[in-house]
Amino acid sequence: MIGKGKVGCQRGRQVADITAIHGVTRPLIHVRSVRRKLDIIQSNPSAHGGRGALPSEGGSPSDLLFLAGGERMMLRIKRVPTVVSNYQKDEGEDAARRGGGCGRNCLQKCCIPGAKLPLYTFKRAEEIPGDKCVLEHDDNQAPVAFLDSLLLGQWEDRMQRGLFRYDVTACETKVIPGRCGFMAQLNEGRHLKKRPTEFRVDKVLQPFDGNKFNFTKVGQEEVLFQFDASEDGEVQFFPDAPVDADSSPSVVAINVSPIEYGHVLLIPRILECLPQRIDRESFLLALYMAIEAGNPYFRLGYNSLGAFATINHLHFQAYYLAVPFPIEKAPTRKVTTLGDGVKISELFDYPVRGLVFEGGNTLQDLSNAVSDACIFLQDNNIPHNVLIADCGKRIFLLPQCYAEKQALGEVSSELLDTQVNPAVWEISGHMVLKRKKDYEEASEENAWRLLAEVSLSEERFEEVKALIFEACSYTLSEKEDEHLTQGAGDDKPPLEGTGSINKGRNCNMVSGTQECLVLQ
Amino acid sequence: MEPPQLGLIEQSFNSRYSNWAREALDELPDNFTITDPCISGHPIVFASRGFLKMSGYSRDQVVGRNGRMFQGPNTCRRSVMEIREAIREERGVEISLLNYRKDGTPFWMLFRMAPVFGKDEGRVIHFVAVQVPILRRRQRRRNGEGLCGEILSNSCRREVCSSSSVELAGVSAADSDCRVQAMEGSVWQHVDNYVFPKDCKPLDGFQLISFLQFALVLFTSLEIEEKCEASDTEKQLAATAISNVLSVLTHYSESTGRLVCEKRFGPSLVSSSLHISLGRIKQSFVLVDPHLPDIPIVYASDAFLRMTGYARNEVLGQNCRFLTGVDTDPSALHQIKQSIQAQQACSVRILHYRKDKSSFWNLLHISPVRNATGKIAYFVGVQIEEGSVDRHGLSPEMRQLSVVGSIKVAVRSSSMSYSIH
Repeated sequence: MIGKGKVGCQRGRQVADITAIHGVTRPLIHVRSVRRKLDIIQSNPSAHGGRGALPSEGGSPSDLLFLAGGERMMLRIKRVPTVVSNYQKDEGEDAARRGGGCGRNCLQKCCIPGAKLPLYTFKRAEEIPGDKCVLEHDDNQAPVAFLDSLLLGQWEDRMQRGLFRYDVTACETKVIPGRCGFMAQLNEGRHLKKRPTEFRVDKVLQPFDGNKFNFTKVGQEEVLFQFDASEDGEVQFFPDAPVDADSSPSVVAINVSPIEYGHVLLIPRILECLPQRIDRESFLLALYMAIEAGNPYFRLGYNSLGAFATINHLHFQAYYLAVPFPIEKAPTRKVTTLGDGVKISELFDYPVRGLVFEGGNTLQDLSNAVSDACIFLQDNNIPHNVLIADCGKRIFLLPQCYAEKQALGEVSSELLDTQVNPAVWEISGHMVLKRKKDYEEASEENAWRLLAEVSLSEERFEEVKALIFEACSYTLSEKEDEHLTQGAGDDKPPLEGTGSINKGRNCNMVSGTQECLVLQ
Repeated sequence: MEPPQLGLIEQSFNSRYSNWAREALDELPDNFTITDPCISGHPIVFASRGFLKMSGYSRDQVVGRNGRMFQGPNTCRRSVMEIREAIREERGVEISLLNYRKDGTPFWMLFRMAPVFGKDEGRVIHFVAVQVPILRRRQRRRNGEGLCGEILSNSCRREVCSSSSVELAGVSAADSDCRVQAMEGSVWQHVDNYVFPKDCKPLDGFQLISFLQFALVLFTSLEIEEKCEASDTEKQLAATAISNVLSVLTHYSESTGRLVCEKRFGPSLVSSSLHISLGRIKQSFVLVDPHLPDIPIVYASDAFLRMTGYARNEVLGQNCRFLTGVDTDPSALHQIKQSIQAQQACSVRILHYRKDKSSFWNLLHISPVRNATGKIAYFVGVQIEEGSVDRHGLSPEMRQLSVVGSIKVAVRSSSMSYSIH
């Protein structure tokens, strides 16, 4: 029932899988030019996007490719993907490297035996998130937590060993004047003279492809430490622990193209080679990381495929920036409280529409509410981004449609020329700009305009929101159903939009606006 | 986290305002706290009588602790963030906030905070925070509860003294006596401070019970969720209170000669938001400014002072060479100088001397630190005494690097805002 595609098709094609945009006209900044689209098909596509594409590739702003045959159209955009590892090569080079004994200390079967990495184990908690922080690090006056120290120390070590492609602290950065406080960074020295790669943007769930780059191919020197739950309920640190493939370790690795100091990648159960999609266990791990770091300025982010994730191997990103993000400052309107105590609010007076999850009787409740919402979105092909902020106490969920618009040629060239790919950090208000002109002219108005293009329309967002709530409450009633097993959230088939919101359980909907309960 | 020594806390207040100021502050009827952002943990150094009454704690339970102790599960995280950012940016803030008393009961209050600047230091010395309980609940779309609130507060202010309050108790109370007991104390405090006009007769027992039952219904039935706006009266109370406290402090700071004022005066060595961030780092380190003549120390951590035996005012503004002595190897010094000139990091093992002339081997790590412009703003020197052991098992090198990392984040971030120099 969802994803009926564009109404009144100007192009006379069916787009069965596209769901982020749903037949709503949006005002465009520039006049939509039909001529531009014809140009696209005929001329050389230019590269746009990714942190590093040269601004002057020439050609038209976006590339539109059609997969002939069948009723289905595949949407793709071309971008130069961000290089996150020194071992991330073009696909051609990758193929030549397969086989044992690569000799470069990676994380595959060839090099794992005998490998040792620091290991940090955290204590699982059943308490209310608000009380979890044993050391109470929710403000900037508490002492630095151990995980914080470990991560920063390891990161600085890799800096001094020259593993990063550049020194991010040498990149000028500022808060753009205005009430929102958007942040801009000038990063023009990161030219990547590479061929742009095609990214399919109409499928949020794509199977893992071992031929493409994945994190088992990174060098061990790029891995900072293993991060897992402790066996015996105590926080422990082992400076030199063997990497036990059978225990399916999760690791934290550096991003060699950092957008801020301390930019790392959290890769849950790295050896299982999970594709980029949320599952309950992995999301909980990310939440634990936010809590353990105990620093409100250390935030984790997630980009789904179609929302500017470049690598289809499950990972979260994180970095330090000791200023508030505009999205954190945005006012919220409470929408509902779930039966397990999770409070869901909605952003308002912010260019991107999204939800905020807080509270919960236990940490698992909060984590599962968000996971289930993400699982719903990914099962229904809606690209989305997630920001974990405030030491895990506030989680933002933002469905988006920019890539889709880009692929359909609906983003103005002015916006495309800035080559900002609005992933979770950009949506949260942190923009990395490649051209000095864009940095100097950066204004709150421009930033707002860009982000407004990313957002779902109001109508579409209301629909998606209602379905998310149903997904959350549906899962709750499943939990009560004795016949169901654990982890019911992970492999559910896509939900139907019809049906009552309370399937045998009262969601404790307290106050809030009522329109969220309107269903199809 | 150990609370900072009470000696430091007392010192924070007395050295600035003298002990006499405490009496003057105790005469003010307002609820307020004074906190010191320069002491690790940003603790409360003074809490007024009214504040203690409002919160239900004793002085000992509050002084030395951080303000987050009054927050709880329903405290709005965004509001907490706003306060945190105001502290970081050395400015005032006024916001409604849900706090919790000692007995666990929540209450809304208007929180207004103002910075107090040291005239000579040019940075924030203390923050004054005033708390005005909000009694008139302004809720938007509630069915009966908003009305209850209006009735209660109106009656509180005018009619409770008269016998007509008996009629108000027509609203049935829900719970048993023991809950009334628990509520009684806190409601009574409100009644005491804010409700009874001075010329009013006290309630008799029956009226009191009715009133309390009514209040009980109000407190238990209202959802503690949405923002609670303060009335203009309450905002005025807050403004007056802040003004009262600040004038007391300003006045008494003249007697100690360490003047304070409400506005920042002159440039500071290191902004107080950076100061606060650096205060979180427990290891020994100094920041030096390579752009100033003779590359002086502009920040020294408490741990550095403990390790070397000097007082802060003895090291700020000085070049680090005071740490060297007779047997210090000149080639180590040369290496340090070269690294600074080359703008690179380096590690040296150097013999250093404490104030009492005793020497120790210092595993010193030096690194350039850039600010938001991308240019080098400081060099950091992290000291580790050879032979010391880290309880978490991090090697000394790794511990040092983590200090460098924390400082890099702090310096870069604190210089990003256009409002901070």
